[in-house]
Amino acid sequence: MNFIISILFSGFAVSTLILIPWVGVGAFDLRVLFGVIVPYAAMATFFIGIIVRVIDWGKSPVPFRIPTTAGQEWSFPWIKSNPIDNPRGTGGVIVRMILEVLLFRSLFRNTRLEYRNADGGLKVDYEWEKWLWLAALAFHWSFLVIFLRHFRFFMEPIPSFVHLLDSLDGFLQMGVLPFNGLGVPCVYISDLLMLAAVTYLFFRRLYIPQVRYISLPADYFPLFLILALGLTGVLMRYFLRVDITAVKELAIGLFKFSPTVPEGIGVIFYIHLFILSVLIAYFPFSKLMHFAGVFLSPTRNLSNNNRFVRHVNPWDYPVQTHTYDEYEDEFRERMIEIGLPVEKQIEPKEEPKEEEKE
Amino acid sequence: MYDGGKIIIGLIIGVGLLLSPFIYDAGKAAKPPAPELTEKAKEAKECVAETSYMKSSHMHLLDEWRHTVVRDGERYYKAKNGKVYYKSLQTTCLDCHSNKSKFCDQCHDYIGIDPYCWTCHIEPKENK
Amino acid sequence: MADTPKPDELAKIDHTPPVFRGWMDTQPEIRPGIACYGSKSKDLKYVDMPNPRDWSPFDDDWKLPENWEETIHEGFKDRLGRFRSFKLFMDICVRCGACADKCHFFIGSGDPKNMPVMRAELLRSIYRKKFTVGGKLLGRLAGARELTEDALKELWYYLYQCTECRRCSLFCPYGIDMAEITIMGRELTNLVGLNIDWIAAPVANCYRTGNHLGIQPHAYKDMLDFFTDEIEDITGLRMEQDLNRKGAEILFITPSGDVFADPGTFTCMGYMMLFHYLKSLGLDITWSTYASEGGNFGYFTSHEMAKRLNAKMYAEAKRLGVKWILGGECGHMWRVLNQYMDTFNGPADFLEEPVSPITGTRFENAKTTKMTHIIEFTADLIKNNKLKLDPSRNDNLKVTFHDSCNPARGMGILEEPRYVIKNVCNNFYEMPPSTIREQTFCCGSGAGLNAGENMELRMRGGLPRANAVKFVHEKHDVNMLACICAIDRAVLPNLMEYWVPEVDVTGVHEMVANALVFEGEKKRTTDLRGEPLPGMEDEEDV
Repeated sequence: MNFIISILFSGFAVSTLILIPWVGVGAFDLRVLFGVIVPYAAMATFFIGIIVRVIDWGKSPVPFRIPTTAGQEWSFPWIKSNPIDNPRGTGGVIVRMILEVLLFRSLFRNTRLEYRNADGGLKVDYEWEKWLWLAALAFHWSFLVIFLRHFRFFMEPIPSFVHLLDSLDGFLQMGVLPFNGLGVPCVYISDLLMLAAVTYLFFRRLYIPQVRYISLPADYFPLFLILALGLTGVLMRYFLRVDITAVKELAIGLFKFSPTVPEGIGVIFYIHLFILSVLIAYFPFSKLMHFAGVFLSPTRNLSNNNRFVRHVNPWDYPVQTHTYDEYEDEFRERMIEIGLPVEKQIEPKEEPKEEEKE
Repeated sequence: MYDGGKIIIGLIIGVGLLLSPFIYDAGKAAKPPAPELTEKAKEAKECVAETSYMKSSHMHLLDEWRHTVVRDGERYYKAKNGKVYYKSLQTTCLDCHSNKSKFCDQCHDYIGIDPYCWTCHIEPKENK
Repeated sequence: MADTPKPDELAKIDHTPPVFRGWMDTQPEIRPGIACYGSKSKDLKYVDMPNPRDWSPFDDDWKLPENWEETIHEGFKDRLGRFRSFKLFMDICVRCGACADKCHFFIGSGDPKNMPVMRAELLRSIYRKKFTVGGKLLGRLAGARELTEDALKELWYYLYQCTECRRCSLFCPYGIDMAEITIMGRELTNLVGLNIDWIAAPVANCYRTGNHLGIQPHAYKDMLDFFTDEIEDITGLRMEQDLNRKGAEILFITPSGDVFADPGTFTCMGYMMLFHYLKSLGLDITWSTYASEGGNFGYFTSHEMAKRLNAKMYAEAKRLGVKWILGGECGHMWRVLNQYMDTFNGPADFLEEPVSPITGTRFENAKTTKMTHIIEFTADLIKNNKLKLDPSRNDNLKVTFHDSCNPARGMGILEEPRYVIKNVCNNFYEMPPSTIREQTFCCGSGAGLNAGENMELRMRGGLPRANAVKFVHEKHDVNMLACICAIDRAVLPNLMEYWVPEVDVTGVHEMVANALVFEGEKKRTTDLRGEPLPGMEDEEDV
């Protein structure tokens, strides 16, 4: 298997997923299926799946405290320690985790190997490389903003933070552009950022030879899925408009457990909704679980305090050891000979007793 | 489970945030808006385009009108049915739909849209 | 033993993996020079490890037990249930590739399966097939594959090309630690008797004689006596050490490599001189022949074996009735002591919180393990002005410092060695930032890979480190590479000889002892290595 097969397979899978609601709603008008049943099933899978997975992780203990230390440990008052990268206690761990989860601190360290072995001799460099970090950050944050913006469809009345987010994200009025379309309504920065970031994340999988080699269909598939999700969203907003009042009616119906399928919502909406449903249903079974897993990572969420706070292994069991007595028994004679202290002196030989017998 | 307390609190927070729309919407009326037509609009029977198009894309039409009027000086719009309309928000659209709060704002508020029409145009005075 | 290619040959490395041939479709050739010899029957038997027999990885038949597949399956399942780290690291990798070019073995070999993510995927693919729905249903499309004998061999080959240095885990956005995965993988290979000789033999030795090298108690004493004579030649003072003495205040444990081979022996002499110096200031310390190993090759075998070997430290401390333990310069030894010992074999409630008898400093950060690193101990002595030092005696040295992986990324002991070095020598230069401290590169021979038969692998793995040394050698004329790790002292000389022959290797305490000014000592003309001190080149060697 190689990257071509991986991409073809994932591309084919996502194309099929687009076709299903297209035909289903477009040709057979299965709006209840695609507007109610599938979303509910997907949400159930998503929530139950995540809970089951996380609890399953939780069932395995953390027998040893194994943080990766990335800075000076706490030792003497006159040596400056690094309380975040080498946390001494919970406070430092919390800061470390916040930085890790919100800003991808570890990824920020990334460098790129530059290996040249030309006539000038061997040259090995570790170059500046923040693109992955930047794209990852752009992708995750814009995804979050887009998700939260969608709360205007999920909540009634709309909470004020959604309005705020919406106006910040949409402050670009591109109506001055020579063509119509993108201008109204205003363009969301997060839409552009996310599509750009996902596209970059896809192209780097193709472009960087090592990453191309390690990529599986399980890497391309969610990328394509998210790309399709974003593109259908953008299409729906700027080009193939649908009656969004009706969309909200459908969404609110789902959240209030009184589902309705209003008339007059274009197929594009059902495609968008179906891709989302597939994405969240796929979530618990995939690498996307890193979203929850990062919080549980023992190399990040533990303090480096093993030498001063005891850590107990819940499944600890006694092991066989080679005791000092066994050791001395083997080497006693030589130890005495060379003047090493011993616990037991060599017992006098049994010979005299035998003599008595005779 | 190990570290069960922390994990479950984390799950409750995480899943709770994701489930917040369910919690938030529970028990709220959240009736979808029903735009009201004025008598005049009802009499006219048809708009400049069919209703479904107007529902999803009126902003697009208005934007196009704005561009063509302001940039190109084209003041007339020929509808599909052959009728010609004067391109004007205030004198054409609002002539029929004079009830902004019941016709425009209801839906806009419902889906959280704050159109910038009224940063230039004068909001119509409604007869309450 | 395979011939190691010349450096300029070896440095021709292509880091581009095959374009069209996926990794599941390639089977590595298990190559002499890269792979280590297989474990010997007698060593496995001695410590009751499964499937003892003599075998060679270069043979087709690895003499696996009949039910090996089931054994590994069960072992896998068992470890997923016992280690959250393992389960999580099997599940959450997104294959972003940030770790790919961070591994010294990938940099030095270009073998794509040496990318940490790929090494992990070798195990993950088996995990997916056995334990995930997607893997069972979709097979290769889900990145899953059967555990065949070939897959096992490949896995073994690459698990024993990882030095558990954790550099990858530093860059991973989820903290996935290849060291942890290697540890689990090696536990699995050990279930079916697939260890390497260079790990299994030291383990058996350590179990029996207390140290990896199998030095018996009388020989251990002989060695220290020999060093005592050497030191007397250099300083004119007799610095006898106590062994196995009950009632001492402190037990000293250091890797046995330090009493066995140069240049570790000079570090060992350094400890002895420091202890003698402090004797009159109130130091009451003993060595032990039973706990004569700081390192722990059990840790490269399994958690259980690590615990079995580590148990001697507390047991001996208890028997001798000491108050606390002082540990020598060593790498993985300190990862085990810091992150495992108290959990393995604690609580050591029969010991006391370490307090320096000379300065009165409480080592609060060792409150429960009761074990202090000698570099902390010495740094504290220097800070409190307890040592009379003449750093000019090290003026012939231009020193750089190699952070050993484990003290750096499994402990965080970065400043203390630098502080000590800067106080005992005048010329200190750092290597580039991306090769030191938490980003330090491995020596290329850790985690039991410091054998002789895998020299090519070691020279490849050490390339990034050597390259950084070469950089400071060319820029600042650096001629001495200091470290606080016994494996480093054992393997870096080979590495330097291969890549940067002008640079030598030393432990930090060797330099301390060189600089240490004793009352009543004779005029020193040579350093511990018997080489003339700066300005003494013309003096007669007395």
